[in-house]
Amino acid sequence: MAEMKKIATRESYGNALKELGAVNEKVVVIDADLAGSTKTAVFRSAYPERHFNCGIAECNVMGTAAGMASMGLVPFASTFAMFAAGRAFEIVRNSIGYPHLNVKICATHGGISVGEDGASHQCCEDIALMCTIPGMTVMSPADDVEARKMVHAAAELEGPCYIRFGRAAVPVFHEENYDFKVGKGEVLKEGNDIAIIANGVMTYEAIQAAQQLEKEGINARVINIGTIKPIDREIVLAAAKECKKIITCEEHSVIGGLGAAVCEVLEEECAVPVRRIGVKDVFGHSGPMLEVMKDFGLCADNIVKQTKDFL
Amino acid sequence: MTPEKIRELKLFANRGRMNIIRATHAGNSGHPGGSLSSIDLMTYLYKVEMRVNPQDPKAEDRDRFVLSKGHCAPGLYSVLAQCGYFPEEDLVTLRQLGSHLQGHPNMNMTPGIDFSTGSLGQGFSAATGMANAAKNVLHRDINVYALLGDGELAEGLVWEAAEYAAQYRLDNLCIAVDINGLQIDGATKDVMNMEPIDAKFEAFGFNVVRINGHDFNEIEKAFTAFHDARGQGKPTAILMNTTKGKGVSFMENQAGWHGKAPNDEQFAQAMAELEEEEKKILAA
Repeated sequence: MAEMKKIATRESYGNALKELGAVNEKVVVIDADLAGSTKTAVFRSAYPERHFNCGIAECNVMGTAAGMASMGLVPFASTFAMFAAGRAFEIVRNSIGYPHLNVKICATHGGISVGEDGASHQCCEDIALMCTIPGMTVMSPADDVEARKMVHAAAELEGPCYIRFGRAAVPVFHEENYDFKVGKGEVLKEGNDIAIIANGVMTYEAIQAAQQLEKEGINARVINIGTIKPIDREIVLAAAKECKKIITCEEHSVIGGLGAAVCEVLEEECAVPVRRIGVKDVFGHSGPMLEVMKDFGLCADNIVKQTKDFL
Repeated sequence: MTPEKIRELKLFANRGRMNIIRATHAGNSGHPGGSLSSIDLMTYLYKVEMRVNPQDPKAEDRDRFVLSKGHCAPGLYSVLAQCGYFPEEDLVTLRQLGSHLQGHPNMNMTPGIDFSTGSLGQGFSAATGMANAAKNVLHRDINVYALLGDGELAEGLVWEAAEYAAQYRLDNLCIAVDINGLQIDGATKDVMNMEPIDAKFEAFGFNVVRINGHDFNEIEKAFTAFHDARGQGKPTAILMNTTKGKGVSFMENQAGWHGKAPNDEQFAQAMAELEEEEKKILAA
Protein backbone atom coordinates (compact mmCIF):
# COMPACT_ATOMS: atom_id res chain seq x y z
CA MET A 1 0.00 0.00 0.00
CA ALA A 2 1.23 3.46 -0.87
CA GLU A 3 2.32 5.65 2.02
CA MET A 4 -0.75 7.45 3.35
CA LYS A 5 -0.95 11.05 4.35
CA LYS A 6 -0.87 11.39 8.13
CA ILE A 7 -2.43 14.17 10.18
CA ALA A 8 -3.09 14.39 13.91
CA THR A 9 -6.78 14.92 14.60
CA ARG A 10 -5.92 17.84 16.90
CA GLU A 11 -4.55 19.57 13.79
CA SER A 12 -7.86 18.86 12.07
CA TYR A 13 -9.62 20.41 15.06
CA GLY A 14 -7.63 23.65 14.84
CA ASN A 15 -8.22 23.92 11.12
CA ALA A 16 -11.95 23.23 11.40
CA LEU A 17 -12.27 25.77 14.21
CA LYS A 18 -10.77 28.43 12.01
CA GLU A 19 -13.25 27.57 9.26
CA LEU A 20 -16.09 27.78 11.76
CA GLY A 21 -14.88 31.11 13.04
CA ALA A 22 -15.32 32.57 9.59
CA VAL A 23 -18.93 31.50 9.20
CA ASN A 24 -20.23 31.68 12.77
CA GLU A 25 -19.47 34.79 14.77
CA LYS A 26 -20.94 33.20 17.90
CA VAL A 27 -18.14 30.66 18.03
CA VAL A 28 -15.69 31.42 20.83
CA VAL A 29 -12.77 29.30 21.96
CA ILE A 30 -11.53 28.75 25.47
CA ASP A 31 -8.23 27.16 26.34
CA ALA A 32 -6.05 26.49 29.37
CA ASP A 33 -2.52 27.50 28.39
CA LEU A 34 -2.34 24.77 25.77
CA ALA A 35 -3.39 26.60 22.64
CA GLY A 36 -0.25 25.47 20.84
CA SER A 37 -0.88 21.83 21.70
CA THR A 38 -4.65 21.71 21.35
CA LYS A 39 -4.27 23.72 18.12
CA THR A 40 -6.80 26.32 19.16
CA ALA A 41 -3.93 28.71 18.39
CA VAL A 42 -4.90 28.28 14.74
CA PHE A 43 -8.25 29.88 15.58
CA ARG A 44 -6.57 32.43 17.84
CA SER A 45 -4.33 33.76 15.09
CA ALA A 46 -7.40 34.38 12.92
CA TYR A 47 -9.83 35.55 15.61
CA PRO A 48 -7.84 36.67 18.65
CA GLU A 49 -10.81 38.61 20.05
CA ARG A 50 -12.82 35.40 20.33
CA HIS A 51 -10.12 33.26 21.92
CA PHE A 52 -9.95 33.24 25.72
CA ASN A 53 -7.12 31.75 27.67
CA CYS A 54 -8.02 30.77 31.22
CA GLY A 55 -4.47 29.96 32.17
CA ILE A 56 -3.85 26.63 33.85
CA ALA A 57 -7.35 26.46 35.31
CA GLU A 58 -9.34 23.75 33.58
CA CYS A 59 -12.32 23.88 35.90
CA ASN A 60 -12.71 27.56 35.10
CA VAL A 61 -12.48 26.75 31.39
CA MET A 62 -15.65 24.71 31.76
CA GLY A 63 -17.39 27.15 34.10
CA THR A 64 -16.76 30.20 31.94
CA ALA A 65 -17.67 28.26 28.80
CA ALA A 66 -20.99 27.40 30.42
CA GLY A 67 -21.57 31.06 31.28
CA MET A 68 -20.78 32.12 27.72
CA ALA A 69 -23.14 29.49 26.32
CA SER A 70 -25.91 30.84 28.56
CA MET A 71 -25.40 34.18 26.79
CA GLY A 72 -26.06 32.60 23.39
CA LEU A 73 -22.47 32.01 22.30
CA VAL A 74 -21.14 28.69 21.00
CA PRO A 75 -18.05 27.98 23.10
CA PHE A 76 -15.46 25.38 22.15
CA ALA A 77 -13.61 24.50 25.34
CA SER A 78 -10.27 22.81 24.98
CA THR A 79 -7.51 21.24 27.01
CA PHE A 80 -6.07 17.74 27.31
CA ALA A 81 -8.61 14.93 27.75
CA MET A 82 -7.24 14.13 31.20
CA PHE A 83 -8.17 17.58 32.46
CA ALA A 84 -11.28 18.28 30.39
CA ALA A 85 -13.05 15.05 31.29
CA GLY A 86 -11.12 14.16 34.43
CA ARG A 87 -10.17 17.21 36.46
CA ALA A 88 -13.17 19.28 35.36
CA PHE A 89 -15.67 16.43 35.36
CA GLU A 90 -17.95 17.82 38.00
CA ILE A 91 -18.08 21.28 36.45
CA VAL A 92 -18.88 19.66 33.10
CA ARG A 93 -21.58 17.61 34.77
CA ASN A 94 -23.21 20.37 36.79
CA SER A 95 -22.61 23.57 34.82
CA ILE A 96 -22.74 22.20 31.26
CA GLY A 97 -24.54 18.85 31.31
CA TYR A 98 -27.29 19.54 33.83
CA PRO A 99 -28.44 22.83 32.23
CA HIS A 100 -27.85 21.23 28.79
CA LEU A 101 -25.77 24.17 27.63
CA ASN A 102 -24.37 24.46 24.16
CA VAL A 103 -20.71 23.89 25.01
CA LYS A 104 -18.45 21.86 22.75
CA ILE A 105 -15.78 20.21 24.86
CA CYS A 106 -12.98 19.42 22.47
CA ALA A 107 -10.27 17.51 24.25
CA THR A 108 -6.95 16.60 22.71
CA HIS A 109 -4.23 14.15 23.74
CA GLY A 110 -6.75 11.42 24.54
CA GLY A 111 -5.65 7.85 25.18
CA ILE A 112 -2.24 6.25 25.62
CA SER A 113 -0.94 7.41 22.25
CA VAL A 114 0.19 10.52 24.14
CA GLY A 115 3.18 8.23 24.63
CA GLU A 116 6.18 9.70 26.40
CA ASP A 117 4.25 11.79 28.93
CA GLY A 118 3.13 8.64 30.69
CA ALA A 119 0.16 7.64 32.80
CA SER A 120 -0.57 11.05 34.36
CA HIS A 121 -1.47 12.34 30.90
CA GLN A 122 -2.74 9.16 29.23
CA CYS A 123 -6.47 9.51 29.68
CA CYS A 124 -8.29 6.26 29.01
CA GLU A 125 -11.37 7.16 31.02
CA ASP A 126 -12.68 10.27 29.25
CA ILE A 127 -15.23 8.56 27.02
CA ALA A 128 -16.61 6.62 29.99
CA LEU A 129 -16.89 9.73 32.14
CA MET A 130 -18.56 11.83 29.45
CA CYS A 131 -20.99 9.06 28.46
CA THR A 132 -22.41 9.02 31.99
CA ILE A 133 -23.67 12.60 31.67
CA PRO A 134 -27.30 12.75 30.46
CA GLY A 135 -27.69 14.57 27.16
CA MET A 136 -23.98 14.60 26.36
CA THR A 137 -23.05 13.61 22.80
CA VAL A 138 -19.69 11.82 22.78
CA MET A 139 -17.54 11.47 19.68
CA SER A 140 -14.10 10.23 18.71
CA PRO A 141 -12.87 10.70 15.13
CA ALA A 142 -10.73 8.19 13.26
CA ASP A 143 -8.87 10.54 10.96
CA ASP A 144 -8.51 14.06 9.68
CA VAL A 145 -11.58 14.06 7.47
CA GLU A 146 -13.88 12.67 10.13
CA ALA A 147 -12.43 15.02 12.76
CA ARG A 148 -13.11 18.15 10.70
CA LYS A 149 -16.62 17.03 9.79
CA MET A 150 -17.29 16.25 13.44
CA VAL A 151 -16.31 19.75 14.52
CA HIS A 152 -18.68 21.29 11.98
CA ALA A 153 -21.45 18.88 13.01
CA ALA A 154 -20.88 19.74 16.66
CA ALA A 155 -21.40 23.41 15.92
CA GLU A 156 -24.77 22.58 14.33
CA LEU A 157 -25.82 20.42 17.27
CA GLU A 158 -27.90 22.11 19.99
CA GLY A 159 -26.56 20.99 23.36
CA PRO A 160 -23.35 19.78 24.93
CA CYS A 161 -20.91 17.45 23.27
CA TYR A 162 -17.50 15.97 23.90
CA ILE A 163 -15.03 15.21 21.12
CA ARG A 164 -11.75 13.44 21.73
CA PHE A 165 -8.80 14.20 19.47
CA GLY A 166 -5.39 12.57 19.37
CA ARG A 167 -1.90 13.93 19.64
CA ALA A 168 -0.11 11.84 17.06
CA ALA A 169 -0.36 11.96 13.29
CA VAL A 170 -2.58 9.17 11.98
CA PRO A 171 -3.34 7.99 8.43
CA VAL A 172 -6.09 9.79 6.54
CA PHE A 173 -8.23 7.07 4.97
CA HIS A 174 -11.58 8.80 4.50
CA GLU A 175 -12.37 10.45 1.19
CA GLU A 176 -13.13 14.16 1.41
CA ASN A 177 -16.76 13.48 0.45
CA TYR A 178 -17.34 11.23 3.51
CA ASP A 179 -20.80 12.06 4.85
CA PHE A 180 -20.39 12.10 8.63
CA LYS A 181 -23.58 12.26 10.67
CA VAL A 182 -23.78 12.49 14.46
CA GLY A 183 -24.99 9.14 15.80
CA LYS A 184 -24.25 7.22 12.60
CA GLY A 185 -21.55 4.62 12.13
CA GLU A 186 -20.19 3.42 8.81
CA VAL A 187 -19.27 0.05 7.34
CA LEU A 188 -15.77 0.42 5.93
CA LYS A 189 -15.45 -3.16 4.73
CA GLU A 190 -18.10 -5.79 4.17
CA GLY A 191 -17.76 -9.28 5.59
CA ASN A 192 -19.81 -11.74 7.60
CA ASP A 193 -17.30 -13.92 9.44
CA ILE A 194 -16.90 -11.49 12.30
CA ALA A 195 -17.46 -7.78 12.87
CA ILE A 196 -14.67 -5.52 14.06
CA ILE A 197 -16.10 -2.34 15.52
CA ALA A 198 -13.57 0.38 16.15
CA ASN A 199 -13.11 4.10 16.55
CA GLY A 200 -10.41 6.72 16.92
CA VAL A 201 -6.91 5.61 15.99
CA MET A 202 -8.02 1.98 16.20
CA THR A 203 -10.20 2.20 13.10
CA TYR A 204 -7.26 2.28 10.75
CA GLU A 205 -5.68 -0.60 12.67
CA ALA A 206 -8.92 -2.52 12.24
CA ILE A 207 -8.88 -1.91 8.48
CA GLN A 208 -5.33 -3.21 8.27
CA ALA A 209 -6.20 -6.22 10.42
CA ALA A 210 -9.17 -7.04 8.18
CA GLN A 211 -6.95 -6.92 5.11
CA GLN A 212 -4.54 -9.33 6.76
CA LEU A 213 -7.39 -11.62 7.81
CA GLU A 214 -8.78 -11.63 4.30
CA LYS A 215 -5.51 -13.03 3.04
CA GLU A 216 -6.03 -15.85 5.51
CA GLY A 217 -9.59 -16.46 4.30
CA ILE A 218 -11.45 -14.62 7.05
CA ASN A 219 -13.91 -11.97 5.89
CA ALA A 220 -14.30 -9.45 8.66
CA ARG A 221 -16.73 -6.58 8.54
CA VAL A 222 -15.11 -3.34 9.68
CA ILE A 223 -17.29 -0.70 11.28
CA ASN A 224 -16.23 2.75 12.34
CA ILE A 225 -18.26 4.28 15.16
CA GLY A 226 -17.51 7.98 15.37
CA THR A 227 -20.29 8.70 17.84
CA ILE A 228 -20.14 6.60 20.99
CA LYS A 229 -23.20 8.32 22.43
CA PRO A 230 -25.81 8.13 21.08
CA ILE A 231 -24.49 4.96 19.47
CA ASP A 232 -25.73 3.71 16.10
CA ARG A 233 -27.83 0.78 17.36
CA GLU A 234 -28.85 -0.26 13.88
CA ILE A 235 -25.35 -0.84 12.59
CA VAL A 236 -24.35 -2.71 15.76
CA LEU A 237 -27.42 -4.97 15.68
CA ALA A 238 -26.99 -5.72 12.00
CA ALA A 239 -23.40 -6.74 12.71
CA ALA A 240 -24.52 -8.99 15.55
CA LYS A 241 -27.20 -10.68 13.46
CA GLU A 242 -25.13 -11.12 10.33
CA CYS A 243 -21.65 -11.73 11.75
CA LYS A 244 -22.55 -13.50 15.03
CA LYS A 245 -19.36 -12.39 16.80
CA ILE A 246 -18.01 -8.94 17.50
CA ILE A 247 -14.62 -7.57 18.39
CA THR A 248 -14.43 -3.99 19.62
CA CYS A 249 -11.25 -1.93 19.39
CA GLU A 250 -10.65 1.32 21.22
CA GLU A 251 -7.80 3.35 22.60
CA HIS A 252 -9.63 3.62 25.92
CA SER A 253 -10.39 1.56 28.96
CA VAL A 254 -12.51 -1.48 28.14
CA ILE A 255 -14.69 -0.19 30.96
CA GLY A 256 -17.25 2.36 29.87
CA GLY A 257 -16.08 3.03 26.34
CA LEU A 258 -16.99 1.83 22.85
CA GLY A 259 -16.89 -1.86 23.80
CA ALA A 260 -19.22 -1.24 26.72
CA ALA A 261 -21.58 0.83 24.59
CA VAL A 262 -21.74 -1.96 21.99
CA CYS A 263 -22.37 -4.56 24.71
CA GLU A 264 -25.19 -2.48 26.15
CA VAL A 265 -26.97 -2.49 22.81
CA LEU A 266 -26.39 -6.22 22.35
CA GLU A 267 -27.48 -7.38 25.77
CA GLU A 268 -30.76 -5.55 25.34
CA GLU A 269 -31.56 -6.74 21.85
CA CYS A 270 -29.26 -9.42 20.43
CA ALA A 271 -26.69 -11.00 22.69
CA VAL A 272 -23.71 -12.38 20.78
CA PRO A 273 -20.17 -13.07 22.02
CA VAL A 274 -18.01 -9.93 22.19
CA ARG A 275 -14.31 -9.55 22.75
CA ARG A 276 -13.05 -6.13 23.75
CA ILE A 277 -9.65 -4.87 22.72
CA GLY A 278 -8.66 -1.81 24.70
CA VAL A 279 -6.82 -0.76 27.82
CA LYS A 280 -7.62 -3.49 30.33
CA ASP A 281 -8.23 -1.59 33.55
CA VAL A 282 -4.61 -0.58 33.97
CA PHE A 283 -2.73 2.72 33.84
CA GLY A 284 -0.54 3.58 30.89
CA HIS A 285 3.20 4.19 30.90
CA SER A 286 5.84 6.16 29.03
CA GLY A 287 7.30 5.21 25.72
CA PRO A 288 7.25 6.19 22.04
CA MET A 289 3.68 6.14 20.76
CA LEU A 290 3.88 3.11 18.49
CA GLU A 291 5.75 1.07 21.05
CA VAL A 292 3.24 1.92 23.77
CA MET A 293 0.32 1.11 21.49
CA LYS A 294 1.87 -2.27 20.67
CA ASP A 295 2.59 -2.90 24.31
CA PHE A 296 -1.10 -2.54 25.08
CA GLY A 297 -2.17 -4.62 22.09
CA LEU A 298 -3.65 -1.60 20.34
CA CYS A 299 -2.42 -2.56 16.89
CA ALA A 300 -3.48 -4.48 13.80
CA ASP A 301 -1.35 -7.49 14.68
CA ASN A 302 -3.17 -7.99 17.96
CA ILE A 303 -6.57 -7.56 16.30
CA VAL A 304 -5.61 -10.31 13.85
CA LYS A 305 -4.42 -12.54 16.67
CA GLN A 306 -7.47 -11.94 18.83
CA THR A 307 -9.83 -12.49 15.90
CA LYS A 308 -8.35 -15.84 15.01
CA ASP A 309 -8.37 -16.87 18.64
CA PHE A 310 -11.99 -15.75 19.01
CA LEU A 311 -13.38 -17.48 15.90
CA MET B 1 -32.38 56.64 49.59
CA THR B 2 -35.68 58.06 50.84
CA PRO B 3 -37.18 56.68 54.08
CA GLU B 4 -40.19 55.55 52.02
CA LYS B 5 -37.97 53.57 49.68
CA ILE B 6 -36.14 51.98 52.58
CA ARG B 7 -39.44 51.07 54.19
CA GLU B 8 -40.63 49.50 50.95
CA LEU B 9 -37.46 47.43 50.68
CA LYS B 10 -37.62 46.37 54.31
CA LEU B 11 -41.22 45.24 53.89
CA PHE B 12 -40.34 43.33 50.74
CA ALA B 13 -37.39 41.61 52.42
CA ASN B 14 -39.43 40.81 55.51
CA ARG B 15 -42.12 39.25 53.35
CA GLY B 16 -39.29 37.31 51.69
CA ARG B 17 -38.20 36.07 55.09
CA MET B 18 -41.73 34.85 55.79
CA ASN B 19 -41.73 33.09 52.44
CA ILE B 20 -38.39 31.43 53.22
CA ILE B 21 -39.85 30.10 56.46
CA ARG B 22 -43.10 29.03 54.74
CA ALA B 23 -41.30 27.26 51.94
CA THR B 24 -38.75 25.39 54.03
CA HIS B 25 -41.43 24.46 56.55
CA ALA B 26 -43.78 23.22 53.86
CA GLY B 27 -41.05 21.27 52.11
CA ASN B 28 -39.59 20.10 55.43
CA SER B 29 -36.25 20.73 53.75
CA GLY B 30 -34.02 23.54 52.55
CA HIS B 31 -31.57 26.17 53.73
CA PRO B 32 -33.10 28.99 55.77
CA GLY B 33 -29.92 30.31 57.45
CA GLY B 34 -28.09 31.71 54.43
CA SER B 35 -31.34 32.61 52.69
CA LEU B 36 -32.22 34.87 55.60
CA SER B 37 -28.76 36.45 55.71
CA SER B 38 -28.73 37.29 52.00
CA ILE B 39 -32.36 38.23 51.29
CA ASP B 40 -31.73 41.95 51.84
CA LEU B 41 -29.08 41.95 49.13
CA MET B 42 -31.28 40.00 46.71
CA THR B 43 -34.18 42.33 47.47
CA TYR B 44 -32.09 45.37 46.55
CA LEU B 45 -30.79 43.66 43.41
CA TYR B 46 -34.21 42.85 42.00
CA LYS B 47 -36.09 45.91 43.28
CA VAL B 48 -33.50 48.58 42.58
CA GLU B 49 -30.27 47.56 40.96
CA MET B 50 -30.90 45.20 38.09
CA ARG B 51 -32.38 46.04 34.70
CA VAL B 52 -34.80 43.15 34.48
CA ASN B 53 -38.43 42.62 33.59
CA PRO B 54 -40.36 39.78 35.25
CA GLN B 55 -42.76 39.81 32.28
CA ASP B 56 -39.86 39.12 29.92
CA PRO B 57 -37.47 36.94 31.95
CA LYS B 58 -35.41 35.88 28.91
CA ALA B 59 -34.83 39.36 27.43
CA GLU B 60 -31.41 39.25 25.81
CA ASP B 61 -30.20 42.58 27.15
CA ARG B 62 -31.24 42.02 30.76
CA ASP B 63 -28.77 42.08 33.60
CA ARG B 64 -27.95 38.62 34.98
CA PHE B 65 -27.89 37.28 38.51
CA VAL B 66 -26.20 34.05 39.51
CA LEU B 67 -26.81 32.59 42.94
CA SER B 68 -23.44 30.89 43.30
CA LYS B 69 -24.42 29.80 46.81
CA GLY B 70 -27.25 27.88 45.18
CA HIS B 71 -28.51 26.31 48.39
CA CYS B 72 -29.98 29.72 49.29
CA ALA B 73 -32.60 29.11 46.60
CA PRO B 74 -35.50 29.68 49.05
CA GLY B 75 -34.36 33.31 49.34
CA LEU B 76 -34.02 33.81 45.60
CA TYR B 77 -37.30 32.01 44.84
CA SER B 78 -39.09 34.27 47.33
CA VAL B 79 -37.71 37.42 45.71
CA LEU B 80 -38.53 36.18 42.20
CA ALA B 81 -42.07 35.22 43.18
CA GLN B 82 -42.67 38.53 44.91
CA CYS B 83 -41.41 40.31 41.78
CA GLY B 84 -43.94 38.39 39.70
CA TYR B 85 -41.78 35.89 37.86
CA PHE B 86 -44.14 33.14 39.04
CA PRO B 87 -47.01 32.86 41.56
CA GLU B 88 -46.10 33.30 45.20
CA GLU B 89 -48.26 30.23 45.99
CA ASP B 90 -45.66 28.09 44.22
CA LEU B 91 -43.16 28.73 47.01
CA VAL B 92 -44.65 26.10 49.31
CA THR B 93 -43.94 23.44 46.66
CA LEU B 94 -40.21 23.89 47.30
CA ARG B 95 -38.26 20.65 46.85
CA GLN B 96 -41.42 18.61 46.27
CA LEU B 97 -41.97 16.09 43.51
CA GLY B 98 -43.24 17.83 40.38
CA SER B 99 -42.35 21.34 41.56
CA HIS B 100 -40.38 23.72 39.34
CA LEU B 101 -38.66 24.86 42.53
CA GLN B 102 -35.77 22.44 42.74
CA GLY B 103 -33.57 22.14 45.81
CA HIS B 104 -31.01 24.24 43.96
CA PRO B 105 -31.74 26.71 41.13
CA ASN B 106 -32.47 25.30 37.69
CA MET B 107 -32.39 27.77 34.79
CA ASN B 108 -34.54 25.55 32.61
CA MET B 109 -37.35 25.07 35.10
CA THR B 110 -37.85 28.27 37.05
CA PRO B 111 -38.65 31.60 35.37
CA GLY B 112 -36.08 34.23 36.32
CA ILE B 113 -33.20 31.88 37.11
CA ASP B 114 -30.27 32.92 34.93
CA PHE B 115 -27.97 30.02 35.71
CA SER B 116 -28.23 26.57 37.31
CA THR B 117 -26.15 26.35 40.46
CA GLY B 118 -25.74 24.31 43.59
CA SER B 119 -22.19 23.04 43.37
CA LEU B 120 -20.18 25.78 45.05
CA GLY B 121 -17.77 27.96 43.11
CA GLN B 122 -19.35 27.15 39.77
CA GLY B 123 -21.87 29.97 39.70
CA PHE B 124 -19.11 32.54 40.11
CA SER B 125 -17.12 30.87 37.34
CA ALA B 126 -20.14 30.94 35.03
CA ALA B 127 -20.85 34.57 35.95
CA THR B 128 -17.35 35.60 34.88
CA GLY B 129 -17.94 33.84 31.55
CA MET B 130 -21.27 35.66 31.19
CA ALA B 131 -19.68 39.03 31.97
CA ASN B 132 -16.86 38.35 29.53
CA ALA B 133 -19.33 37.32 26.82
CA ALA B 134 -21.33 40.52 27.35
CA LYS B 135 -18.39 42.86 27.52
CA ASN B 136 -15.81 41.43 25.16
CA VAL B 137 -17.77 39.39 22.60
CA LEU B 138 -21.32 40.71 22.38
CA HIS B 139 -20.36 44.27 23.32
CA ARG B 140 -23.60 44.82 25.17
CA ASP B 141 -24.27 46.89 28.27
CA ILE B 142 -25.15 43.99 30.54
CA ASN B 143 -24.14 43.75 34.18
CA VAL B 144 -23.61 40.37 35.77
CA TYR B 145 -24.11 39.89 39.50
CA ALA B 146 -23.22 36.86 41.58
CA LEU B 147 -23.79 36.06 45.23
CA LEU B 148 -21.31 33.85 47.04
CA GLY B 149 -21.13 32.54 50.57
CA ASP B 150 -18.10 32.99 52.82
CA GLY B 151 -17.72 29.25 53.25
CA GLU B 152 -17.80 28.95 49.46
CA LEU B 153 -14.59 30.98 49.25
CA ALA B 154 -12.63 27.87 50.24
CA GLU B 155 -13.38 26.39 46.79
CA GLY B 156 -10.36 26.65 44.47
CA LEU B 157 -12.62 27.47 41.53
CA VAL B 158 -13.60 30.75 43.22
CA TRP B 159 -10.04 31.97 42.83
CA GLU B 160 -9.72 30.66 39.29
CA ALA B 161 -12.77 32.75 38.47
CA ALA B 162 -11.40 35.76 40.37
CA GLU B 163 -8.11 35.76 38.46
CA TYR B 164 -10.07 35.48 35.18
CA ALA B 165 -12.37 38.40 36.11
CA ALA B 166 -9.35 40.60 36.66
CA GLN B 167 -7.46 39.37 33.58
CA TYR B 168 -10.39 40.16 31.29
CA ARG B 169 -11.07 43.48 33.06
CA LEU B 170 -14.67 42.58 33.84
CA ASP B 171 -15.90 45.87 35.30
CA ASN B 172 -19.44 44.78 34.40
CA LEU B 173 -19.17 42.03 37.01
CA CYS B 174 -20.20 42.62 40.61
CA ILE B 175 -20.05 39.87 43.18
CA ALA B 176 -21.38 40.00 46.70
CA VAL B 177 -20.06 37.76 49.44
CA ASP B 178 -22.48 36.93 52.22
CA ILE B 179 -20.12 36.85 55.19
CA ASN B 180 -22.31 35.39 57.90
CA GLY B 181 -19.36 33.63 59.50
CA LEU B 182 -20.94 30.20 59.65
CA GLN B 183 -20.94 27.09 57.50
CA ILE B 184 -22.22 23.55 57.95
CA ASP B 185 -19.46 22.36 60.22
CA GLY B 186 -19.30 25.51 62.33
CA ALA B 187 -17.64 28.93 62.28
CA THR B 188 -15.83 29.67 59.01
CA LYS B 189 -12.85 30.92 61.01
CA ASP B 190 -12.54 27.45 62.55
CA VAL B 191 -13.40 25.34 59.50
CA MET B 192 -11.31 27.27 56.96
CA ASN B 193 -10.52 30.85 57.75
CA MET B 194 -10.64 32.91 54.55
CA GLU B 195 -10.01 36.29 56.20
CA PRO B 196 -8.69 38.75 55.34
CA ILE B 197 -11.22 38.46 52.52
CA ASP B 198 -10.80 42.14 51.61
CA ALA B 199 -7.06 41.78 51.10
CA LYS B 200 -7.50 38.59 49.09
CA PHE B 201 -9.92 40.16 46.59
CA GLU B 202 -7.88 43.35 46.42
CA ALA B 203 -4.78 41.31 45.65
CA PHE B 204 -6.73 39.57 42.90
CA GLY B 205 -7.46 42.96 41.32
CA PHE B 206 -10.99 43.63 42.58
CA ASN B 207 -12.55 46.89 43.61
CA VAL B 208 -13.59 45.97 47.17
CA VAL B 209 -16.32 47.45 49.36
CA ARG B 210 -17.15 46.11 52.83
CA ILE B 211 -20.60 46.86 54.22
CA ASN B 212 -23.30 45.83 56.62
CA GLY B 213 -25.38 43.54 54.42
CA HIS B 214 -28.60 44.31 56.23
CA ASP B 215 -28.44 48.09 55.79
CA PHE B 216 -30.07 49.23 52.54
CA ASN B 217 -28.21 52.57 52.60
CA GLU B 218 -24.92 50.72 52.75
CA ILE B 219 -26.02 48.29 50.05
CA GLU B 220 -26.87 51.26 47.86
CA LYS B 221 -23.47 52.80 48.50
CA ALA B 222 -21.77 49.56 47.55
CA PHE B 223 -23.54 49.41 44.20
CA THR B 224 -22.78 53.08 43.64
CA ALA B 225 -19.12 52.15 44.11
CA PHE B 226 -19.59 49.41 41.51
CA HIS B 227 -21.06 51.86 39.00
CA ASP B 228 -18.38 54.43 39.76
CA ALA B 229 -15.74 51.84 38.97
CA ARG B 230 -17.19 51.10 35.53
CA GLY B 231 -14.63 51.93 32.88
CA GLN B 232 -11.71 51.19 35.18
CA GLY B 233 -11.46 47.57 34.13
CA LYS B 234 -11.84 46.20 37.64
CA PRO B 235 -14.53 43.80 38.84
CA THR B 236 -16.24 44.71 42.11
CA ALA B 237 -16.58 42.60 45.23
CA ILE B 238 -19.11 43.68 47.85
CA LEU B 239 -18.21 42.02 51.12
CA MET B 240 -21.27 41.97 53.34
CA ASN B 241 -21.13 41.36 57.06
CA THR B 242 -24.39 39.59 57.81
CA THR B 243 -26.15 37.52 60.42
CA LYS B 244 -26.97 33.94 59.51
CA GLY B 245 -30.66 33.31 60.16
CA LYS B 246 -31.31 37.09 60.30
CA GLY B 247 -34.82 37.98 61.46
CA VAL B 248 -35.70 34.78 63.31
CA SER B 249 -34.34 34.91 66.86
CA PHE B 250 -33.65 31.25 67.39
CA MET B 251 -32.00 30.85 63.98
CA GLU B 252 -29.66 33.81 64.27
CA ASN B 253 -25.96 32.92 64.42
CA GLN B 254 -26.69 29.20 64.64
CA ALA B 255 -24.75 27.00 62.21
CA GLY B 256 -27.35 24.32 62.85
CA TRP B 257 -29.88 26.33 60.85
CA HIS B 258 -27.73 26.18 57.71
CA GLY B 259 -29.78 23.44 56.13
CA LYS B 260 -32.64 22.53 58.41
CA ALA B 261 -36.35 23.21 58.13
CA PRO B 262 -38.43 24.56 61.02
CA ASN B 263 -40.95 22.21 62.62
CA ASP B 264 -44.55 23.34 63.24
CA GLU B 265 -43.79 25.01 66.55
CA GLN B 266 -40.67 26.74 65.24
CA PHE B 267 -42.61 27.79 62.15
CA ALA B 268 -45.29 29.44 64.29
CA GLN B 269 -42.72 31.26 66.40
CA ALA B 270 -40.71 32.43 63.38
CA MET B 271 -43.82 33.70 61.60
CA ALA B 272 -44.98 35.51 64.75
CA GLU B 273 -41.62 37.26 65.01
CA LEU B 274 -41.66 38.28 61.36
CA GLU B 275 -45.24 39.52 61.59
CA GLU B 276 -44.21 41.58 64.59
CA GLU B 277 -41.30 42.96 62.55
CA GLU B 278 -43.69 43.86 59.74
CA LYS B 279 -45.81 45.87 62.15
CA LYS B 280 -42.70 47.68 63.37
CA ILE B 281 -41.63 48.56 59.83
CA LEU B 282 -45.13 49.85 59.04
CA ALA B 283 -45.26 51.89 62.22
CA ALA B 284 -41.82 53.44 61.78
